[in-house]
Amino acid sequence: MRTVSKDRILAGVTLLPSILLVGIFVYGFIGNTFWTSLTDWGGVGALSENPEKNYVGFYNYKDLFVGFLSSGFRQDLVNAIFYSVFLLIGAIGVGLFIAILLDNKPKAEGFFRTVFLYPMSLSFIVTGTIWRWLLAPSGGVNVLPTYVGAEPFNFRWLSSTQSILQFDWQNILSFAFNVISIVLIVIGLWLLGKRSKHAAKWLVAGIVIGILVYLFGDMLPKALIMEEKHGFNLATTGIILATIWQYSGYTMALYLAGFTGISQDLRDAAMLDGASTFNYYRHIAIPLIQPITISAIIILSHISLKMFDLIFAMTGPDNGQTGHPALNMYLTTFRANDFARGAAIAMLLFFLAALFIIPYLISSYRNKDERA
Amino acid sequence: MKKKTVKPSRVALYVVLLLLVVVYLLPAYLTLITALKDPSEISLPHSWDFPAVLNWKSFSEAFALLKPNIINSFILTICATAISIALGSINGYVFSKWKFKGSELIFTLLLFGMFIPYQVILIPLFQTLRAMNLYGGLPGLILAHVVYGLPITSLIFRNFYMQIPDSLVESATLDGAGFFSIYTQVIFPLSIPGFVVTSIWQSTQIWNEFLWGITLTRHSANPITVGLAQLAGGQAVSWNLPMAGSILAALPVLFIYIVMGRYFIRGLLAGSVKG
Repeated sequence: MRTVSKDRILAGVTLLPSILLVGIFVYGFIGNTFWTSLTDWGGVGALSENPEKNYVGFYNYKDLFVGFLSSGFRQDLVNAIFYSVFLLIGAIGVGLFIAILLDNKPKAEGFFRTVFLYPMSLSFIVTGTIWRWLLAPSGGVNVLPTYVGAEPFNFRWLSSTQSILQFDWQNILSFAFNVISIVLIVIGLWLLGKRSKHAAKWLVAGIVIGILVYLFGDMLPKALIMEEKHGFNLATTGIILATIWQYSGYTMALYLAGFTGISQDLRDAAMLDGASTFNYYRHIAIPLIQPITISAIIILSHISLKMFDLIFAMTGPDNGQTGHPALNMYLTTFRANDFARGAAIAMLLFFLAALFIIPYLISSYRNKDERA
Repeated sequence: MKKKTVKPSRVALYVVLLLLVVVYLLPAYLTLITALKDPSEISLPHSWDFPAVLNWKSFSEAFALLKPNIINSFILTICATAISIALGSINGYVFSKWKFKGSELIFTLLLFGMFIPYQVILIPLFQTLRAMNLYGGLPGLILAHVVYGLPITSLIFRNFYMQIPDSLVESATLDGAGFFSIYTQVIFPLSIPGFVVTSIWQSTQIWNEFLWGITLTRHSANPITVGLAQLAGGQAVSWNLPMAGSILAALPVLFIYIVMGRYFIRGLLAGSVKG
């Protein structure tokens, strides 16, 4: 057994301030926010020296989901989910497409890369300001067709009041079970494709839940006493577009780094075997860089769940159509002084982000352990 | 080398790439020409037309309005970047060269701080800064950036130092060098690229940050992002000023990006591709 040297102690001591700071400012603060979300801290005296806080359990959470006056928050939450999904599809799709183009070694590759990545260096406030002007209802993008003699578009990118893919929040419970059932079946099919012996378990669970909801879904309690429609607000398309413009360069850089890491020999061998360029990417390159896709999903979902600056700059903080829980949290906390409710919204955002991040960190920690 | 004939697929590649270049640059073009127009010349249907007369005054007007914010942001960025790269470097040194039982676990727990939506720590942060009398001014904002910058700076330096062979450290140990002298004599002199990558990453992040800027500072200490949001948010302002302001706010980071692009990308990848 080795004795602990003086230097080892020094190393530990050097780390101590950072451990303490992160311990308090990250873990302690998350705990504190959780505690705040269980109180009724807010109102007129909220900012006094010793504000009154009473424990109210999960009242704030319950109110956000089923409270009569919280439909704004529920739409924000739906917006955030659509926003995440479209951003993931858009930024990964466009970024992967450009990366494949650049992987075919055009001349001036460096120039192209610089152009596609520059939006990434900008502040969301700058992007938001520029895109607000670009998407102005009767100017910018909408008048571009007139330069080739066509009729202008008249889509209201940021102020449309249309909402599509609507569902009724009253039935959120049966809706949630349906989603769970579909996810289980998809995982089951995916495992089946990989010939895993666990496939049957997932499929059966998914189908059973699906049938149960289909048969007895009507008996599930209603979340609300009356109908409340939520859907994909078309006014968020402008925000999605601007975010894709800014972040597709990022996914491009990720994928390009991945493609560069694949040996040229492998590609040459595939081509000799008669693989087309398309098949090379479809069956060899993209599966090989799956970890990069996972990283991109983690980073982009994290960004879309905390998105605040861009929406603030594009449509202002209190535009109902393009609302987002992150903005709602800011308004609730710092404009309405309703700290407890703001904390509950923040915890929900944190919880959604943690669903992606914690498994990711655990698996990367395990990988490190195996290598060590 | 034999002369190649131009294949149609090559032509298609360049056509698609150039179209994409146009799409990516259009917002920048519109920003620039709008900033250069006289307010009376700005109209929605003609927003893409090149200005008849170049009006450079927008930049000086926007600069006059944003000057206090720009100064704040420079102070904030320089101070917070300097402190967080110093801490990140020493942490990365410990995490890569002085691993102990549990250090990987601590490192993973530290990284977690990088991935949280900052809304979840905003209320206690606001309260703590108020209690410490740091709310409203730049020192509080610097503290926030330093603390929440610890995960990413430690990560970049750790991955960077992992590439330095352990044998260098071991031979220095045999020569009788201790914890700090190994750092100053072996590690630090090899760290320049690591410092460049980390400081570029941190300074662009800090310069561009908005959420803490708007919630943790009073008007006099507002950084550039908050100043720009206020300039652009007013309804009456004609569009040349917000556009000129956007260019002013983007210039420092764009400059860094264009001059040091290689290092910028390394910082970008460091946060997602693990070494």
